[in-house]
Amino acid sequence: MDLINLFVKSIFIENMIFAYFLGMCSYLAVSKTVKTAVGLGAAVIFVLVITVPINYLIDTYLLQAGALSWLGEEYASIDLSFLSFIMFIAVIASMVQLVEMIVEKFSPALYGSLGIFLPLIAVNCSILGGALFMQQKDFTGISEAITYGAGSGIGWFLAILAIAAIREKIAYSNVPAPLKGLGITFIITGLMAVGFMSFMGIKLEGNQEEQKEKTVYNIENENADDKATYITDLENE
Amino acid sequence: MSEENKPTELTKEEKKKKEMILFLSKSEEKESFLSKANQKLLTDPLDDNNPITVQVLGICSALAITVQLKPAIVMSLAVVFVMAMGNVVISLIRNLVPNRIRIIVQLVVVASLVIVVDQVLKAFLYDVSKQLSIFIGLIITNCIIMGRLEAFALGNGPWKSFLDGIGNAAGYGIILIIVAFFRELLGSGKLLGYEVLGHKGLTLEDSTGLYALGYENNGFFLLSPMALIVVGVVIWYQRSRNRKLIEEN
Repeated sequence: MDLINLFVKSIFIENMIFAYFLGMCSYLAVSKTVKTAVGLGAAVIFVLVITVPINYLIDTYLLQAGALSWLGEEYASIDLSFLSFIMFIAVIASMVQLVEMIVEKFSPALYGSLGIFLPLIAVNCSILGGALFMQQKDFTGISEAITYGAGSGIGWFLAILAIAAIREKIAYSNVPAPLKGLGITFIITGLMAVGFMSFMGIKLEGNQEEQKEKTVYNIENENADDKATYITDLENE
Repeated sequence: MSEENKPTELTKEEKKKKEMILFLSKSEEKESFLSKANQKLLTDPLDDNNPITVQVLGICSALAITVQLKPAIVMSLAVVFVMAMGNVVISLIRNLVPNRIRIIVQLVVVASLVIVVDQVLKAFLYDVSKQLSIFIGLIITNCIIMGRLEAFALGNGPWKSFLDGIGNAAGYGIILIIVAFFRELLGSGKLLGYEVLGHKGLTLEDSTGLYALGYENNGFFLLSPMALIVVGVVIWYQRSRNRKLIEEN
């Protein structure tokens, strides 16, 4: 049950694009047609499902404070967490390379459709973001890490699919010249994010307070009352 | 034939080696440090070639940290540091790195610089570092940095790359600061934490400044969608002034 909660939460409530803006660069660059958007989205799901669990294992057994205790007692006091950025990015870059080679060897058809997108993914913020959020969330097992990776990937996929479909249609509308292309895409994404905010009201099992804290985590408002009233307002709607 | 050609090739290679040792390209030796072309490198990314609104790079981390002005400024400074240093380092080693592994080398260089920034922030500005949370780490995959390393530092000398890094990071910072300015001002009525619009009390009588007239903060500006819409409006404004940037479709 917890896994399903986490899955739904990572797709909708903590959507990579609409809640955290991760992976915006490729989201804007590759969303001109639905076909390429599907290719990139699939590649992102694929890589997130692989890299988040691997980074979870590296974090738990190598980097965290006391993670090296399986080597012996004298290693229990070592804290390598300052190395996590470089480890995570190295894992991601090498996994992307590896996945590219494996896919090319065993499934040329899939390589044909993903091919050009795979190298792009090494520098897609949502992949590193997935790893860093995983580290922040203190998951208790690898199954949670896999679920989180899959959920955030699917959330990203949905987002790029939706914007690509909208952009294909918007080509036929009369947008003011200075807003054409990038400007209108930004504004549409903003409006879509407003739509996704309605998922914040969904009640999943578990600690409600904690969830609210997490979903509105980037509202760094010092006035706590404002924040609380705002959340209740949202829920009443 | 081939023997005649050999000596000239060797001298070419020697020349190249000399350039490598000096880390200077030919054109750079002749130019003064702040020539017209170099100044253009610095100012172009501020408007005509802005990384966020024109090149569409580095938006990932740009939006989530613009709720307040202070983290936006800290983030811009961090990016200025990482970009300038990263560009210089990559430009210094550009002739030594095999093409196939260049992406990993770039990532490692940038990641080490980001670790430095992260540790410094944790030591001296702990509250800001908590607010920026994972977004400092995400500078590593910030597309501007990788984009400029690929497009500029790999083909140019260190001084030019340094200027290009500073210029692009400043262009990024300007957008960040503009967006954060409006979001903090309209969303919480403050700038850098100071209550510039007056103090909001519990009742109208307690309040001062604009709040005494019945002004309310627009809480919507604190939420993430507004960042996108504000950037959209900034793009709109920039392109209606600078019409050559308008896209076809």
